[in-house]
Amino acid sequence: MLKRVMAKETENDFRLMKDVSFPVPFAHGLEYNSPAHGPWNIVHMGMLMPGSHQIYVCGANCVRGVVLTAAEMNAVDRFSTLSIEEEDLFNGNIEENLIEGVLEILDKLPYKPTAVLLFTVCVHHFMGCDIPYIYEELRRRRPDQIFVECYMDPIMQKEGLTPDQKLRYSMLTILPKREEKEKQISILGSDFPLDSDSEIFHMLKEGGWSWKQTPECKDFEEYLSLGESPVDLAVYPLAQYGVKELTKRLEHQYLYLPQSFSYEEIEEQLQLLSVKLEIPMIDLKPYWKKLEEKLVEAKKLIGDTEIAIDMNAFPRYLGLARFLLEHGFHVTRLYGDSISSEEEKDYLWLKEHAPDLRFYPTIQARMRVIYGSYGKKVLGIGQKAAYFTGSPYFVNVVQGGGYYGIQGMIKIMEAMMEAFEEKKDLTTISHKGLGCECVL
Amino acid sequence: MKQVSYVISTYTSDVSGVCSALYELGGMVVIHDPSGCNSTYNTHDEPRWFDQDSLIFISGLSQMDAVMGNDDKFIEDILRAAEELSPKFIALVRSPIPLMIGTDFEGIAMEIETRSGIPTFFIPTTGMKSYGKGAGMALELVVRELMKGPIKTEPFTKGDGFKAKESKAKLNLLGTTPLDFSVNDTFSDLCKIVEEEGFELLGSLSYETDYETMMRMPEADVNLVVTSSGLAAAKAMEERFHIPYVVGFPCGSVREEVFSKVKLALEEGKSYFCQPLLAEEEEAVVQEKILSENQNEKVGVLIHEPVIAACLSADLSRHYGKIQPVTMLDCPEELRKGNLLCLESEEEVEDCMKEAAFAVADPMFAPICPKEIPFYHLAHEAFSGRTYRKQIPNLLKIDFL
Repeated sequence: MLKRVMAKETENDFRLMKDVSFPVPFAHGLEYNSPAHGPWNIVHMGMLMPGSHQIYVCGANCVRGVVLTAAEMNAVDRFSTLSIEEEDLFNGNIEENLIEGVLEILDKLPYKPTAVLLFTVCVHHFMGCDIPYIYEELRRRRPDQIFVECYMDPIMQKEGLTPDQKLRYSMLTILPKREEKEKQISILGSDFPLDSDSEIFHMLKEGGWSWKQTPECKDFEEYLSLGESPVDLAVYPLAQYGVKELTKRLEHQYLYLPQSFSYEEIEEQLQLLSVKLEIPMIDLKPYWKKLEEKLVEAKKLIGDTEIAIDMNAFPRYLGLARFLLEHGFHVTRLYGDSISSEEEKDYLWLKEHAPDLRFYPTIQARMRVIYGSYGKKVLGIGQKAAYFTGSPYFVNVVQGGGYYGIQGMIKIMEAMMEAFEEKKDLTTISHKGLGCECVL
Repeated sequence: MKQVSYVISTYTSDVSGVCSALYELGGMVVIHDPSGCNSTYNTHDEPRWFDQDSLIFISGLSQMDAVMGNDDKFIEDILRAAEELSPKFIALVRSPIPLMIGTDFEGIAMEIETRSGIPTFFIPTTGMKSYGKGAGMALELVVRELMKGPIKTEPFTKGDGFKAKESKAKLNLLGTTPLDFSVNDTFSDLCKIVEEEGFELLGSLSYETDYETMMRMPEADVNLVVTSSGLAAAKAMEERFHIPYVVGFPCGSVREEVFSKVKLALEEGKSYFCQPLLAEEEEAVVQEKILSENQNEKVGVLIHEPVIAACLSADLSRHYGKIQPVTMLDCPEELRKGNLLCLESEEEVEDCMKEAAFAVADPMFAPICPKEIPFYHLAHEAFSGRTYRKQIPNLLKIDFL
């Protein structure tokens, strides 16, 4: 009896690129959540801290989403909850109950966590809960335990930092100030390690520098050693705040070199790295040549097949669209709800050069009923692009996927060719946290 | 502390319970919530989300709107979406923040209904209760707000029932959602059983039942309540349409008992609870005593939804020795009268398992079951979501002990 009642798409369901406003293309309204769940949430991110334990203090409905995220990634033994009940909102004991509950959990755990990531939520904020007192008391009563102040308070995200940004910040607050290691750079705040084939690593290696990345830390000591680098590099936009604050506190040098699809920007980034680290610039010609060859190969295979790209695939999804259009690919659809300020130039370029490109939202209510195949083969880049076009031909990528630099672009071409030729099971996009262990 | 869960999962909440219960009925459900409720629901509580449309949204409540009491945005957003999507009804669902700030949902529902002409009702969830309560409230409101006659003005009288009818008696199933039955063949087998017993299955609240079918459900002669989620709706249908109900899940040997009660209900026009839900109070006390004190007469424990737990335990007890039904869900008072043990916390369940001969429960309870106690998996969508969905058994064909 399962059925999909697809509505016919109307011209009100999308904007032509020439009419898209910046940075918010669509007015806020009721929000729909598609079944594409590959992007990491705060549970996945927190698990990157080796040996840590997460405790969430919230109502049943909020608890359920996070505890089952942990279960699906086979990490429920690193996860505990303290539920809030209705009377807790009004009895004035929220702080004491929270403290006693956390201590009880710690007593029951069969191991001592390296750090406890304690998450308070929207209701704590609205109740004016004394969060500093809670941490002060917990640290007084468990002086040998590291507590990390974390938040799951999405009610704040429209006017301030998102829980995602706050967690990327919080996870760096425990890095201690240590003696700096010469010629070591830390790449922080990303969920995916950057591809080791990327030319940035070639350049670092040639210059005698070593590097550390958060997702590659095998144990807690290695995690703490991320703070020993004199230079901290952020590449993921949502990590900027946290990494910048860390560099202020530890008096490190801060670099932000985001994933880009612009030849000029990539060259500028590497030039900047060369100057800051005082290392020679590498010869990029072989990389460019290889990329051009790969573009020709990909174009020959994919031809004029329609391409759709979504905002969760790459932070610079407009940049990718521009790059592909500039190389003759037939990008026809973008799916996104906001445009980053980093993409303003690409936005303006697309308005001028691709005025008929269709721009769709992903969370507007109408998207619940206008998804699905419309009779043409579409190459999706990203899970939502695949879902909304009903295409089994898609590059399964979220949050940039660790693709980086020119080498990253070469690998994206390879991924597009593979996706074009081989169907994928579209239902797998409902698995959470692409790249994490998944027991489903 | 009863709120501590250091290792086990938590049951689906009342918010998701509402969504699951209303999923197929053609309405639009709006959860007044900042973020997360919709994702939690459609990822972990709703196996139909990928394949079957339903209009379930969140409001995207922001701090500023909550502080300033900007209900206008909420109302206008709903009206705009309703105009685009033409739902049969609109259900407003509350999450913790609107509960705290005292949002006037009744007033908002009235304004939306007046301006849109679409039946609109508020379901007073908190996001802190279990799904049975939410689904129960939602289904009761469906009966009270949406269903129309035929209104039987006189209650059934003796003889005006099953045996006297020339055509098949019509039966509804109440309290059916994938949260308890998942997406295996439990529900289809349940439907088959109803027909094998000589009834015409009219509809189900609510699984594989659309709006039109739901609107015909008041024509039924009797309701069979298979989980606690259906009890409030059954009472409302009895009150409004004089349809008697029977509470029981017809698994294994309990099937005969369930349908004999159904026939009795038809004959006498009265509602009944099945025997597993009616154990003598003294017997219930004895059961608890066995669990807590008498080490030599340990019994098994089975954890599930109240009605299913009671009926499955009764059936399995015939083959595997005495089994104590246990639930951690919000349980209506009527279902507490029997042998069911209602526990609230991980700690209480852990203590209960320590004293048991064996345990039958969702795999996510396994970490709190002592290693020496045999543990049998009874995966439950409402507890472990899709994590163990492939292992969820047909509840009418349990043979795993």
